[in-house]
Order: sequence, then structure tokens, then C-alpha cells
Amino acid sequence: MNAGVVTVLIAMLGGAIRVSTPFMFVAVGECLTEKSGRVNLGLEGTLVLGAMVAYAISYHTGSPWAGVLAAGIAGSALGAMHGSICSLPRVNDVAVGIAMMLFGTGVAFFFGKPYIQPTAPRLTSIPFGGFSDDLNLRSALDINPLFFVGIAVAVIMAWAFANTRWGLIVRTVGDSAPAARAMGISVDLVRFLSTTVGGFLAGVGGAFLSLSYPGSWNQGLSSGQGLMAVALVIFARWSPLRCVLAALLFGAAGALGPALQSVGVTQGYYFFNAAPYILTLALMIASSSATRSARDMPGELSMAK
Amino acid sequence: MTAPAPTAGMRAPSLETIGMSKSFGALRALQDVSIQVPAGSFHALLGENGAGKSTLVKCIMGFYIPDKGQLLLDGTEVPVRNPKDAQALGVGMVYQHFTLVPSLTAAENLVASRADAPAVINWRKERDTLETFLERMPFRVPLDRPVSGLAAGEKQKLEILKLLYLDQRFLILDEPTSVLTPGEADEILGLLRDMAHRGEITVAMISHKFREVEAFCDDFTVLRRGARVGGGKVGAVSTREMAAMMIGDAVVRPSAARTVAPKSGTTLEIAGLFAENDEGRDAVSGFDLKVQAGEIVGIAGVSGNGQSELVEALSGQRPIKLGQILVHDQDFEPIRDHFDKFKIFGLPEEPLKNATVPTMSVAENMAFRRFDKSPISRLGFWLSREPMRAKARDLIDRYNVKTPSTETQIRDLSGGNVQRAVLARELSEDVDVLIVANPCFGLDFASVADIRAQIMEQRNRGAAVLLVSEDLDEILELSDRIAVMSGGKVAYLTPGAGADRTTIGRYMAGH
Repeated sequence: MNAGVVTVLIAMLGGAIRVSTPFMFVAVGECLTEKSGRVNLGLEGTLVLGAMVAYAISYHTGSPWAGVLAAGIAGSALGAMHGSICSLPRVNDVAVGIAMMLFGTGVAFFFGKPYIQPTAPRLTSIPFGGFSDDLNLRSALDINPLFFVGIAVAVIMAWAFANTRWGLIVRTVGDSAPAARAMGISVDLVRFLSTTVGGFLAGVGGAFLSLSYPGSWNQGLSSGQGLMAVALVIFARWSPLRCVLAALLFGAAGALGPALQSVGVTQGYYFFNAAPYILTLALMIASSSATRSARDMPGELSMAK
Repeated sequence: MTAPAPTAGMRAPSLETIGMSKSFGALRALQDVSIQVPAGSFHALLGENGAGKSTLVKCIMGFYIPDKGQLLLDGTEVPVRNPKDAQALGVGMVYQHFTLVPSLTAAENLVASRADAPAVINWRKERDTLETFLERMPFRVPLDRPVSGLAAGEKQKLEILKLLYLDQRFLILDEPTSVLTPGEADEILGLLRDMAHRGEITVAMISHKFREVEAFCDDFTVLRRGARVGGGKVGAVSTREMAAMMIGDAVVRPSAARTVAPKSGTTLEIAGLFAENDEGRDAVSGFDLKVQAGEIVGIAGVSGNGQSELVEALSGQRPIKLGQILVHDQDFEPIRDHFDKFKIFGLPEEPLKNATVPTMSVAENMAFRRFDKSPISRLGFWLSREPMRAKARDLIDRYNVKTPSTETQIRDLSGGNVQRAVLARELSEDVDVLIVANPCFGLDFASVADIRAQIMEQRNRGAAVLLVSEDLDEILELSDRIAVMSGGKVAYLTPGAGADRTTIGRYMAGH
């Protein structure tokens, strides 16, 4: 095989692993929220705030993992805010989500200004490529532990949806609020908790952005990844495991531009960089033909009604 | 956690209400109602819409707190403040609308409904418990399919199984057979009656089907305008007397006579029609039917066999995948021009949703068929309000629509009046073809008789009428010919006179 093609493929593998991690966290978190019957469009803001908080805490404490935890807590706070506002009567979750997105990014930019310059300790990756002499492959297989944490969370969530009381309750609330009320379940409480946990995961996803890849804090860090992750949940038809696969696919698409550049293909660089956005659009058109996705859609989502 | 205890001896409770009253603002929904349901009996609760049956059972179930009155279970007064209290006392209800979670399987629905479901579910153990439970039950349902894929009859059985699984011994059923074939209805009611007579459960059923009440119930209570107006042993009074108790002194229009109608007018012919449902499967698949002028063809069938999709396809709400519709031997497409040209009118089910814009005024809604024509429209674009209101006032008078004014939003009208307003719009002109779906669903006796008479009148004037209804009695009363729709096509066609209910039921069930 052509050496250039191999280089591109290896770069895309590495890219898929690196770029997919924040997608994965946001999408799995949003999957939980949507399974409970609510959409949180504000996760873009959560992602950005998570990135800022993680970077700041890592800078001040010197411990990147403390940053990750703090990012999760900041994300939960935004999620809890969304969850409690949406519990009020006649409040639309989509509108609140957009407001939360602007609020989250706004807060992050406001407090984040002083952290653009300094360098904070970053998360260390685990080298898995020791067996190979190929430098490209070795760098592609430097994998951040958060990647595995994300997969583990998705697997546990998929198992919990089917095999725990909480899983059944979340699915019940998301599919038929009247049925849930008839069982004496507090619909608002379940949705509040699901949105809060979803916010936590999105916050952790943000921590990966600033502490691992790209690995710095600036205002253009997320560029819409949080929103794309929400779209990705629809593409994954509300399954946490399919969310992981979809995130890997998006990661690979996102790595296409830089990978081609690394082998000297510069033509259409901006076009290839736009690959994930084009992919989002294409997937949305393809999967919104509705016949298949409608069957898996939680019945309580505002878009299902 | 505990599995439901095995049935042992007399477990059925008796239930009694004493002087139950409930008001909503100025409306006295329930006035001093006392009923008695002895242990192990099958009780029927009769009454028109709005007679207070639902309010009464909701008071029993704890959804409402009665203003006054007591609830006695096995002779002792019990406080029921919310549905959980009722559940704890073993009182459960099957609602008209299913309370199952569509995306969960039957097994998941049953386990999730349990208050003491374990945090981590050991499915092997739960499956064993469910299997042993089902062995004792008179009917069973597939456990592993999502509920959304179950037939209506299976869902209804699962609803009842859920109550028994939760060890509820007093069952309240709210019109449980409206979604079932006569065969399924007889099976389920028969089995429940047997369980009751064995002393395992006590049943109270809200119904308006006298046939079922007479065949399966022991006693009955009739409510009218929130008060108990009669009751006793089933069989002691005739159906006619029961109906008289329900209606009271309301004037019911006598059913319109079937006259010899002109047979030479327009016909409606549907040939090889296919239409998909929302999931993309063929709900209507190869539907053939011809309706002559001056004839009502009734389409019977269990809901979900493509009837809604058929009506939607005919009225332009759903794309037609394949097939042809001919009106008077000319191609018909469900577009506005053709509706006008061929004089096709319709009364879809749930008219508030399907035939009106709820937030627009009564006058505007009544103008939907002619707002773009003179005299309402001038110069092809100018809408003039006065002719619109004048026409609406005329229709409101002629069709006896009760509305505060022509400018009231139509959603503020009662169900019967919305139905009449739509009927007025659709029937006030020359009608060649009339497509009607479940026209009397949820209406009181007087409105029902009125609307059926109007449909019959159109037939007598020579219109071709297609009547889709889930109410077999309505079909039997009105139709000249009856078609049974099953699996998206006509499974059986018979003349209306002398049609056999059992045969129709068998074809409805898909045999």
C-alpha cells in the first residue's frame, strides 16, 4: 500500500481516538438526558465552561485530575440549572437550552480571560504504541485515559438502561410521562437528575479539550462540538453504545483535514477541515427521514410531539 | 422484594361509597352518590359522557379528593388521598388510554410498575417469577416484545395483567372493550367474571355497551348529571329502561328512516389503494371498495388495521403510495380543487384535531370550504368578514351549534358542538360523496342520534357515504353494506340487512 495512504489512515486513527473523546462524553450525557424526555441544547456552553474550569483549576492546584472533577461539577451546575428551569410550567426545553448555551460560553469567556496565556499541567496519555517503531503510529496510540473512561461510562449506561430499576425509570419517564406519574414517579425529579448527570459528563468532555487535545484554553476551543454531539445522539438513535461509535466516526472525519495536510495535500484544506460539519448535515438529512429513527425516539421529547 | 402472593380463597374486597360529592367551581360533578359493590361481583357503571362516572372513579382512585363522602373497603372506611394510597389498598384501574410504556417490553413494564423493584434487576429470576405468575392467569401476552409492537387486545390484556401482578383485587375498568373485537371483548370479560365469581377479584366497569353489561355484569348503577338515578340487578330491568335512566328527559331525535335513495348519482370507487403509516409500513395495502350513490358502506374493524390511514389518504392528509380513486369514473386526487369539483365532503375522527384550526374562530372554521370564493372573497384575494359571519350565523342556527358567538375560538366549544360545527360546514352544500370517521365518538345520546340522522339524510338524498367506525353497533345501524377491514384491506363484505355479528367479529379478528 502507498505509504501516504497509510500515514493518512494512521493519522485518522489517532485523530478518531483524540477528537472523539469530547464528542463521546457530551453525546453519552445528552443520551441520558434525552432518554428521560428532555433535550439539553446548552451542552455547547457546558463544554466550553468545563474546558475553562478544568484549565483554571489545573493551573491553580497543579493537578489536572482535580481540573477534570471541577469541570464535571461546573457542568452539573449548568445541567441542574437547565433541569430546574425546565421543571417550571410552560417552559420550553429547547429555548432554555439555547439560553444556557449562551450563558455557559459567556461565563467561560468572562472568567477565562486570565487563563489564555499561562500554561497549566495537562493530563498525561498512556503510550500503547511501544510495540511499533513507526513514530506516527506511536503518537496515534498515545491514548488519554479519559477515552477509556468515556467508553466505560457508555457501556455501564447501556447496561443500566436495561438492567436496573433506575434505568427502567428513566426510560419510562422519557417515553410516557403519564405512565410514570401513574406509577408514582416524580417526572420532574428524574429529568432534573438526568440533566444534571448529563451536564457532569459534558463538563468532563470539556476538560479533555483544554487538558489533553488540543490542550490549551482559548475562546475558539469548542467551535460547535457540543452542538454536533447533540445531533449525534439522534444519529445514534438514543443508544449509548452507538453514541460511542458515532463519536469515533466524527472524530475520524475531524482528523481528515490535518491528516491530509501532514502528507502534503494542501488543496481543499479548509474543505476537509469542514468535514465534521458537512457530515453532521448529511447524517441529519439521512437520519431525519424519520421512519427508522422515530421508532427509537423517546416519546416525551418535544421533537417527537 | 416479594413476588405477588399466590391466590388463596376469598381475596376479593367489597367496596362502597357513601354520599360522595365533588364540585369543580360552580359545576357539581358528583352529588351525594352512594354505590355498593359486593365482594366477588362484576358491577357496571352506566351513564352518558359527563354524567360523573369518571369523577366517581377518580375519587375512588385518589386522583380527586371528594368534597364530601366516605369510601368503604370491606366495610371499613379507608382514607385515599392519592393514587398510591389506592394502590396500597389493592384498588387498581385500567384507563381508557393505555398507561403502558411503549418502548419497554411487557416484562419491563411489569417489573417497572412494581414499587419494590430491585435496584439491579436479575432478569433470569424475574422471568421465572413472571412465568409462574402467568401460568395462574387466564390469558398471557408475549413478554419480550416492546409494547408498541403489541396489538390493542394484547395491550389491554397486559394492562389487566399488570393490576393482577401488583396484587390489586378491586379492578376498575374504564370502557375496556372499545379497542377490542367482539370476540376478544367476550373472552376478556368472561375470564374476569369467572375470576370474580371464584372470589379472586371484584370488578367495576364503566361501559356504554348494554350487550356487554347484560352478558357479563351482576349489578349496575346509572349516573346522570352527577347523581345516582338508578341501579339494581342486571336482568331485572330491560335495556330500554336502562337507556331511559341514562338519558332522562333529554329529547332524542328519532333515528332517520332509510328511504329508497336515487341510485343514479355519483359513485366512489377505490382501487388497489396503498398508503404507509408513520413507521413506513403499508397500513393500507390493496384496499378495494365501491360505494354507490344513495348507499352507506360501513367499514368495521379493530382500530389499527389501517382505517385511520385510509381516511387520511382519502382526505389528503397522507400520501397515496399506489392505487386509484375514481369519483363518477373520473380520476380523483385529494386536492382542494378536486374536493370542490367532485363535491366530496368529510367528517374525520377527532374533528378538533383533523378538521379545524383550534385557535381560529367558529366563523373562520366554518368558512374553510368557501373562504376563497364569493361572497367571502372579493377580487380573488380580499377577505370580507361580514358575509363570513352572516354565513356562520345561519349555519349555527340551522345546525343548532351552541357557541357564545361566531368569534369564539372553536377549541372552547364542547366536543358535540365542534362536531356539529364541522358537520354544518361539510353538509350545508350539495354533497355527492361523504367520508365519515368515528363521528359519534365521545358524544352524548342526543348528539349521537342527531349526527346519525344527518348522515342518513345525506344518503337518502343520494350521496355515496363511506362510514368508518370502531363502533360495530353504529355500523350495523347505519350501513347498507358492511366491509370489514383487516390488515389494510377489505376482508369481508356483506349486505347490512341481516349481517351476522359473530361472522363480522371473526373477520375483524383476522380469521
